[in-house]
This record gives sequence, C-alpha cells and structure tokens, in this order.
Amino acid sequence: READVWAGESLLTALRDRLGVPGSKNACEQGECGSCSVLLDGTLVCSCLVLAAQADGHEVVTVEGLVEDGKLHRVQEAFVETGAVQCGFCTPGLVVAAADLLCRTPEPSADEIREALSGNLCRCTGYGKILAAVQLAASR
Amino acid sequence: MSAPTRTLRRGRAETSVRRHDAIPKVTGEFAYASDLEVAEMLWGQTVRSPHPHALIVSIDVSEALLIPGVHAVLTHEDVPGAKTYGLEFADQPVLAIDRVRYFGEPVALVAAEEPEQARRAAAAVRVEYEPLEPVVDPERAVELEPIHPGRPTAGHGFRYDPRPNVVRSMVIRRGDPDAEADVTVSGTYDVGQQDQAFLGPESGLAIPDGEGGVDIHVATQWLHVDRDQVAPCLALPREMVRVHLAGVGGAFGGREDLSVQVHAALLALRTGRPVKMAYNREESFVGHIHRHPARIRAEHSATREGRLVSVRVRILLDGGAYASSTAAVLANACCFAVGPYAVDNVSIEGTAVYTNNPPCGAMRGFGAVQATFASEAQMDRLADALDIDPVELRLLNALEPGGVLPTGQVVTGSLPTKEVIRRAAAIPVPEPEALPREAIRLPGGSGNTTRGEGVRRGVGFAVGLKNLCYSEGFDDSCAARVRLSADGSAEVHCAAAEVGQGVTDVMLRVARKELGTDEVTLVGGSTARVGSSGSTSASRMTWMAAGAVQLACRAALEERERTGGEVDVERVYRHPRTFPLDPETGQAQGDRSHVAFAVAAMRAVVEVDVDLGLTRVVWIGTAQDVGHALDRTAVEGQIEGGTAQGLGLALMEEIQVRDGVIANASFTDYLIPTFLDMPPVVSELVEEPEPDAPYGVKGVGEPPTLVSTPAIVAALRAATARELTRVPVRPDDIVGL
Repeated sequence: READVWAGESLLTALRDRLGVPGSKNACEQGECGSCSVLLDGTLVCSCLVLAAQADGHEVVTVEGLVEDGKLHRVQEAFVETGAVQCGFCTPGLVVAAADLLCRTPEPSADEIREALSGNLCRCTGYGKILAAVQLAASR
Repeated sequence: MSAPTRTLRRGRAETSVRRHDAIPKVTGEFAYASDLEVAEMLWGQTVRSPHPHALIVSIDVSEALLIPGVHAVLTHEDVPGAKTYGLEFADQPVLAIDRVRYFGEPVALVAAEEPEQARRAAAAVRVEYEPLEPVVDPERAVELEPIHPGRPTAGHGFRYDPRPNVVRSMVIRRGDPDAEADVTVSGTYDVGQQDQAFLGPESGLAIPDGEGGVDIHVATQWLHVDRDQVAPCLALPREMVRVHLAGVGGAFGGREDLSVQVHAALLALRTGRPVKMAYNREESFVGHIHRHPARIRAEHSATREGRLVSVRVRILLDGGAYASSTAAVLANACCFAVGPYAVDNVSIEGTAVYTNNPPCGAMRGFGAVQATFASEAQMDRLADALDIDPVELRLLNALEPGGVLPTGQVVTGSLPTKEVIRRAAAIPVPEPEALPREAIRLPGGSGNTTRGEGVRRGVGFAVGLKNLCYSEGFDDSCAARVRLSADGSAEVHCAAAEVGQGVTDVMLRVARKELGTDEVTLVGGSTARVGSSGSTSASRMTWMAAGAVQLACRAALEERERTGGEVDVERVYRHPRTFPLDPETGQAQGDRSHVAFAVAAMRAVVEVDVDLGLTRVVWIGTAQDVGHALDRTAVEGQIEGGTAQGLGLALMEEIQVRDGVIANASFTDYLIPTFLDMPPVVSELVEEPEPDAPYGVKGVGEPPTLVSTPAIVAALRAATARELTRVPVRPDDIVGL
C-alpha cells in the first residue's frame, strides 16, 4: 500500500491516519506502552518510534494482518477465551508481541512470558488473564 | 453529514464468545474514540496555560489565524452560553477568562485541516500572563487568598465554612470520642496524587447537524451528564446536543469530567465542519482530573481485649483548582474513615480545599482508597500495641449486618465481613523461594542489581469497605428501553458506558434471560435514543443496568401480552432511596445515606531488598464479597485489575507536582505496573446475594483497589520494620534515607 506522508510522520500515524489500518493503538506515542507494536520485516517494533519513510519498501504486519482467511490467530483466539480483553486498547499490541514471542519461543515459561511482554502496558487486567491466554495459545 | 465511517461491528460468533466485543478488540476492528474519522473532518487543538496561577493580560490570535489550514481560533469570548461548567458546581471555565488556576488549563482552541497545522497554530496563539503566587500547600490553602475570588463558597451548601478555598468541610460525630480506653495508637498518613492512566487518551468527534445542533461521539463515563454540561455552554437546548458513546479505552473515574466534549462542539459549530480532538499522553496527564492527594491523621483507642472504643480521624484532601467531584470524594473518605469495623464513638473531620495544583476528582475507590490506607495501618498499629494477631483483631471488630456505621446508618443488606476475612486468611501462602535464583525473580528484577543478600520477606493483610452506587440523597437512576419485533427479536437500548468492564455483556445476559431469546441486539449508548443510565462509576453500573434492563424487559413482555403487536417501552430503575447527612453531626437523615456495601480482604507477600530499597510483590491472595457473580471471569478480571492499580499506588504511581507544575506527564516518568510488577493473584468470590439488587449482584471494581495498597504496604512494613506512612513508598523510605 502507498501513502503520501510528511517527513516527520511516524509509521503509526501513517498506518492509522493514511492507510486505514487503525488497529495499532496510540496510547503514548513515545515507545513506552507497546500498544502500537507491529512486525517490521519480522522484527517487533513500536511503530510510533519508526518513521513512516523508514518502512518504505518493507513488510509491516499489524494486528489486522494476523487474521488469515477470516480465521483468528491462535493468540487472538486465546485472548478471547481466557478473558484477557477488557477495554482492549492494549490488546492489539499485546497480541502482536505475544505472537512474536511464540514464533521465537514456542513453549515459554511464565517468567519468559512476563519478561517478553513487560514492554506492553495494560491498565485493566492486571495481566493475569493475559498470561493465561499466552499459555493457552502456546499449548495449541 | 454522515455518521463516522467506523462503527462497532459485532462479534462474529456472538453466542459462543465470552464478551461480545472481544473479537473486534483482538482483530483491531473495534472503533475507539481516537479511531473515528469522517469526511471533511478538521482537527482541534487546545492551547493550555504554562502557569499554575496567573492573570490573563491579553490573548492575541491574529498570528495563529494566518497559519495555512487554520479555520478557527476561539477564546472565552467565543463561548456563546454559560462560560463555566462542572459536575457538582459550575466553577470551571470552558476556556479561561481572566485567570488561569492550574498548569495546563485550556485557554484557547484551534481547528485546522491537519493535526500538525493545528499544533503549530496553537503554539502561535500569544497569551500574555501576569503570574501569581500559586497556592500549592493544601494545609495553608484555608489561610491564603481565595483562588476563586468572585465565588465565595461558604462550603457549597453543605456544612457552613467561611474560610477561603474550602470546597467542602464535613464532620461526623457519634457517641463520646473521649470515652476511656486501655490503649491508644495514632499516626499521620499521606497519599500521593495518582493518575487513572487509562490507555486510550481523551478523544472525540463533534459533527454539526446543519441545523444548529451537534452530535458528539466521545469516550466518556456518563453521556447524559456530558450533554447537560455541554448544552448550556453552547446556548443550545439539550435535545440539540446529542452525545454518543465511542469506544472507550479505559476510564477508572478519569472520564467523568468533560475533556474534549465542549471544545470539539464549539469548534464544529463555529466552522460548520466535523472536528476531531485527540490528546496525546502528555496532554492527557493535564487534561483530566486525578486521585486526591490526602493527609490523614488518625487516633484509634481500644480495650485490652482489642475491642475498638473510639476512632478520631482528620482528613485533608487537595482538590486542586476546580471542584469536579471533590465534595462527594470527601464525603466518601469521611464515611469510610473507620473501615469495616464497628465502633460506638467516632469523631471524623474532613476538609477539601482548592489549590493551584492539578484538579482532582473521581478515581476508582473514590476517597475510600485514601481512608483505607490510613485505617488499615492504624489497625496494624493497634494489633502490634495489643500483641494481638492482626487478622484476629479485624475479626473481633468486624462490621456485619445489624452493625452501625459512623453515620448512624444500620447495615441492613449483605455484608459478610467475617467470612471474607476468614476466606482470605485461609488461602495458603506460598513458601519462601530459595536463593540464589534468576535475577528476574528478585526485587529489582532483570536490572540484575543484586544476588539477593539483602532480601527480606514480609506478609501483610488488609480489609476494606466500599459503598455501592451514589449516596447522600442523590436521585440515582438508570433507564433502559426494549423494542420487541414481530419476529420475536429484541433491541435493547441503554446509555450505560462500556469502559472495558463488561457491562454490555451484563445487559445482554439479562435481556436474554428475561426475554427467553438469544435474538437480542444491544444498541450503542446515545442521549438521542434513551434516557440517562447514570455514570459508569461508584461500583454501580452492573447493578443499575441489570435492574433497568430487567424492568424494561418485563414491562415489554407484559405490554406484548396485552397488545400482541410490536412493543417499544422505556423504564427507569431506581435503587432504594438514600438521604443526606446532617451537616452538623454527619448523621444519616432517614434510614440510610449509602445504598449498600461490599467488603474485600487481601493478603500480600512481598520481598524487599533492604539495602537497595527495591521491592517485589511475590503473591496476592484475596477474598471479595461480590453478591452474586454473573460472570466469574469478568469479576476476576476486575479484582486482578483493581489490585494492580492499588499496587501502583503502593509502589510507584505519583504525579510529581512542583510548584503546581506536573513534572512527569509521560509513561517514561509516571510508572504504572508492568507484567513483571504484577504477581499471581488468587481470588475467592464470597457470594451472598444483595437483597436490594437485581439477581443479588454487587459492584466489584473498587474494593480490590482499596485493599491492595494497604496490604502491600503492611507487607513492606513487616519486611523492613519501618513505619512507611506515605504512598507511594519510595526506595529511600525503605532504606531510611
């Protein structure tokens, strides 16, 4: 997809406001909360800290891109089943980060999950149901 | 004008998923307020005061108007109707008039084609200020010049108080507070200013209707009271201002007050174009109210056997520059100053003041959080002085049905205080973990700061009491509307704001049960389609929405029975009536000032590196009185999330205010608990149905936040043998610097 952006525009803004994929969220826009997490050429990044221009010609996978042929990713399914979603504003970033974790570490321990997702803030859940969701997804 | 282009889509497998909004939320399709867009939309930006207290000498917008893409720059002169608004008292200017009273107060508004143009134009608005000495010490506020000089409050019609800068003062007196006792303990406790820190920043979209009215799509907690505050400022009748709920990214009290609502509407009506406003994180920190900082002095007396004889408490709350819900927060802090304990002799004095600090208002726990931190510390001091087990002392004094509150109200509903304490105390506590171990399981975590030589373990316990629904005679109601079609399907309308807690699922569950069909659609909240639901706050929305939907469904079925055709009925549900407190004695006039109560107990295990001042909460076990749990997973989610926010207040969360200026308006500097900060939470639900509530439900969101702060700090005291009378506890408090 293509969009005209101004020189200082972040990848997050380009995704949300120019390309019509607003699933990645804008909770802090300074790389502290992880709600804008996307995969840039397979690497987990905060899209608010990447210039849109830097992503030119590269592969970007957002939360929207985890759904394949209308079927939820196993991490998305597990978040729904365990009650890991409350307000949901952190959810897109956590889902992308958890999917990335399970690619790298298929059977993570609880501590590995906590550490891997410690860059994604959630204000509603206290993280317990999210831990359960990632463990459930890993078991499938 | 068309509606916003993104609307909430329903879950694809609605009947089988736990939450109807869970699937759109995991796929990124769910439309939050900040995701809204519509053709021809402009972007609004707020010009804010850099001073905590200053006179406005002049405002020059001419330069800003010359910036390309700018359509409007507005000041207080452009507010066509009422110049001020407020939840309880209209003391807050829509845009500052002759004076600014807090850092970040809105002074002017800009609308432009692009957000960057709006930001540049906002920076080009020239405001000349004459800075004034800010009132920043709440202890001294009542002796200094009033910061609202043209508006003497005299205590706002509650208890008369002629001192300057008093939002409300309050006295609750019962029995003989000087009654003779064997042991007395006293202490002074401080609570720092906490932020709701919901993840979805304030955002909204105002669309002019072409006929002088406006539609406002916004993330809020109470649609109808937004409307009732906005319409007079726009000089419009209420029906010409329609407020619709957009997706809410968390609330926790921080969306009770207006943020973008009136500003976006002013810009939209002026430009004739839709206007979107969306705060960034820094602006969010100054753009909403916070939890009141508190200083609480308490004196508890008891017999040698441990029975409470008297409790004296003095509470001071810093309300900041505008009242917001400060008067009600003070009342709650005072009413729950003793906690869930029975005592015959009480003297509670509370004062809430105006200062030039950031305005404070509602946050989860609403005054009871501050009060419980002090009262539970006092109960531990008493247990220590009497050499009685802290859990036994609490059981001995537990307030149960038939007991009397400091306000004289007799508890009539369900209140299983002893059961909750026993159940929490009986949850097995994990054994201490051996050393050495992975750094991530040490205080300081992956910072790799220690091998654990200075680690001490501590265990703490706390109990908390919270009121459910609004109090003090407020006419608390919730409307629901049900339409039954000829094909048997049903449409339910209710304005109850879904803020993440799951009230939409409560309403769907009730409607399906009452109507006996799964063919139920819940229509998003709007002031245009249904009456007020009241606020999503005060642990009231599950109770009130369940009551309203149940009432409307039953009325709809009766109506169909009678007429046989299509049905469209609206009903208003009210909980049992409450009464105000006597202003001089604080005693309930009538049988109750609060509707009902919930109690929670919690045990926390911590590890503290006493050399480095670092902490790790290891484990939490809790039991909570939930009435009847409609959805166990959702209730556990509230308990775990509420516990996390209390943990944040105990250990890290504080808005740093220096001479009235917020110094840490970012997630870099204002820390909220991460995945690594939160321990496992074992929760037990104590189900004793509330007789006055539909299905016996109780609100569950606030009690965990009351108890986790004092339970964690009690554990820190046990580990460090320090008094730790202030939250958040800082590393230097632990090390003793």
